[in-house]
Amino acid sequence: MSELSDASREKIIAYCDKYPNKQAVTLPALHIVQHERRCVSAKAMEEIAEILDLAPSQIHDTASFYGFFRDENRPLGKKRVWVCRSLPCMLRGGEKLLAELAEKWNLHPGETTADGEVTLEIAECLGACDGAPCILIEDELHERVSADDVDKLARGDA
Amino acid sequence: MSGTFEPILLARVGKPDSATLASYQADGGYSALKKALELPPEEVIEIVRLSGLRGRGGAGFPCGMKWSFLPKNQTGPVYLCVNGDESEPGTFNNRILLEEDPHQVLEGIIIASYATRATTAYFYLRYEYGRSYRTLEKAIAELYAAGLLGKNILGKDYSLDIHLHRGAGAYICGEETGLIESLEGKRAWPRIKPPFPAIEGAFRRPTVINNVETLACVTQILNRGAEWFHTIGVPKDPNNQRDFGSYGPKLYCVSGHVNKPGLFELPLGVTARNLIDNYAGGVWHGRKVKAIIPGGLSMGFMTEKELDTPLDFAGPGKVGCLGLGTAAVIVIDDQTSMVDVLYNACRFFAHESCGQCTPCREGTAWSAKILERIRAGHGKSSDIDLLLEIAASIGTIPGTTICGLADGAAWPIKTALTKFRAEFEDYIASGRKSEAALVASH
Repeated sequence: MSELSDASREKIIAYCDKYPNKQAVTLPALHIVQHERRCVSAKAMEEIAEILDLAPSQIHDTASFYGFFRDENRPLGKKRVWVCRSLPCMLRGGEKLLAELAEKWNLHPGETTADGEVTLEIAECLGACDGAPCILIEDELHERVSADDVDKLARGDA
Repeated sequence: MSGTFEPILLARVGKPDSATLASYQADGGYSALKKALELPPEEVIEIVRLSGLRGRGGAGFPCGMKWSFLPKNQTGPVYLCVNGDESEPGTFNNRILLEEDPHQVLEGIIIASYATRATTAYFYLRYEYGRSYRTLEKAIAELYAAGLLGKNILGKDYSLDIHLHRGAGAYICGEETGLIESLEGKRAWPRIKPPFPAIEGAFRRPTVINNVETLACVTQILNRGAEWFHTIGVPKDPNNQRDFGSYGPKLYCVSGHVNKPGLFELPLGVTARNLIDNYAGGVWHGRKVKAIIPGGLSMGFMTEKELDTPLDFAGPGKVGCLGLGTAAVIVIDDQTSMVDVLYNACRFFAHESCGQCTPCREGTAWSAKILERIRAGHGKSSDIDLLLEIAASIGTIPGTTICGLADGAAWPIKTALTKFRAEFEDYIASGRKSEAALVASH
C-alpha cells in the first residue's frame, strides 16, 4: 500500500515545474507529507525519492538535517506548539513559559501529550520579538502569551 | 530629537487592506516598475549603485555592485533569490513588511529581476512565517491576474515567474549559499567561496540573493530617485577608502527590556540611546540599560556608556561589535545576569551551527557547555580565558570556517567577557547557581 495519498503525490508532482531539477522539490515534498501524515516515515521517503528520481538516502539526508521533520517513531500531535526561547523572548519570560507548559502538559519539550493532542517544541527566534514572549501553533503566530493562553489556544477546542 | 522623519518603507503599514494590490496601486504602487521597464537593465543597476544602497540582511554589501558582478552577455538563465529566512534573534522587520505591505517587496523583486535579467525568482521564506506565506501567495496570484507577473509584464518584452519556497526552521539558511543548497533540496551547508553566487549560484547558474528590506528599498529608489536615497543617512568617510557610507532609511527593530518594543524607520545613523529613549519608550520599570545588542544576536554587546554610538554600518564596529548586522537592537536591563544572557547566545549558536566545519560545530557546542557549567555553580576561573580562546579561534575572521556563523557566535563571547569580565569573575568565584528557569534542551 502506498504511504502517500494521491492528493499528496499530485501536489508534489505539480511542484516539479517550478524548478530546473526535481531534487529542489525535496523540501516542498517533505512539507506536504508531514502536513498530511504528521511525520515522514522511511516508506514515505522511499516514495518521495521515486517521484523525484533520487535515492531514498538523499531524501533522508536532507530531512534529517532539518530538525523540523519527524520520522514515524516520533510523530507529531494534532497541534504543534513552538515556544521561542531566544534572547528577546527570554528577557520577557520565554523560558519560564516553556517550563510552565512542560509542567502543565506533563512532558519535556519535543514530546507529545499522552492524548496525542499537542506536541511542545523549543523554537529559536520566531521573528516577533516586539511581541515577546511569542509562540507558534503550527505556523500561526501568537504574541504576548501566558501559559494559560497557550493552553487554551492549543487545547481549548481540541 | 524625536520623530521628524516621515516613514517611507513603513508608510503603508497599519492601513486597512494594506496588503492588497488594489490598495497598493491606489497609493501609486507599481509606478516604480513602469519606470524601470522603460530603462535598459544596466541603467536600473546604475540608479541603485548611485543611491548607495547597501544590503539590509546583515553584511551590508553594496547592492548595485553585487548586481554588476553577474557575467556580461552570457546565455542561459540567471536567478534571483529573495532571502526571507530572517532568523537573526531580535530581527522582525522582514516579517512586518511581508505581512503588511507585500507588494512593495514584490515590486522590488520584479525590478531587481529585470535589472539582473533574471526570468525566475525564488522567494525563500522561513517556514515560521506562515502569515507572510499566505499573504505573499495571495499577492503573487493578484500580480499574475493583473499582468504584472508572468509573460510580457505590462506588455513589455520581459517575463518573470516568482516561486515561493518554504524553509524548515534552520538559521543557517539565511547564509547565501546555505540558502541555495536548501533551495536545491539539500542540507543547508554553506559553500566554499569563490565561486560566488553571482558566477555560480542556484542550480549552478549566476544568481543574485537579496534581502526583503533591500528589495523594498529598491522600489523606493526607483520611485524617488537615487539622489533622494543618497541624501538620507551618513555619508562615507572620505578618509576611509573601504567605507561605502550608510545611506537611506533603515528599519530598526527594538526588543527586550523597553516599554514599547517595536519597529522604527529612521535615517541610518540614529544612536541607540535616541532609539531607546525617544522611540521605544525607555527602559522598563524605570531601570537602567546594562547592555544592548546593536544588530541582532551575532553582533555582540555594547555597554550603557557606548549608547551614543551611531547605528550606521561603521558605528558598532568602532566599539568592538561585529557590525550593524540587521539593526535589531536588543535591550538588556541592569537587573539581568550577563551570564544568563551569554549562555542564551551560546546555546543559540550551538543549536544552529550546521555542523559542517569542526571549529564551529565543536566551538559553539563547548562554549554553551562551559556556560552551562558556570550557571550550575561549577565554573572555574580559567573558564573565562578558555571561552575567549574559543571565540578567537572560530569563524571566517581567523579563517577556520566556511561561513560567518561562527564569527557571530564568537562576538557575543568576546564582547561579553571583555566588557563585563568582572561580573563573570564574581559569578564564578561565588559559586552560585543561576535563578533563571533551566529547561532541558534536546
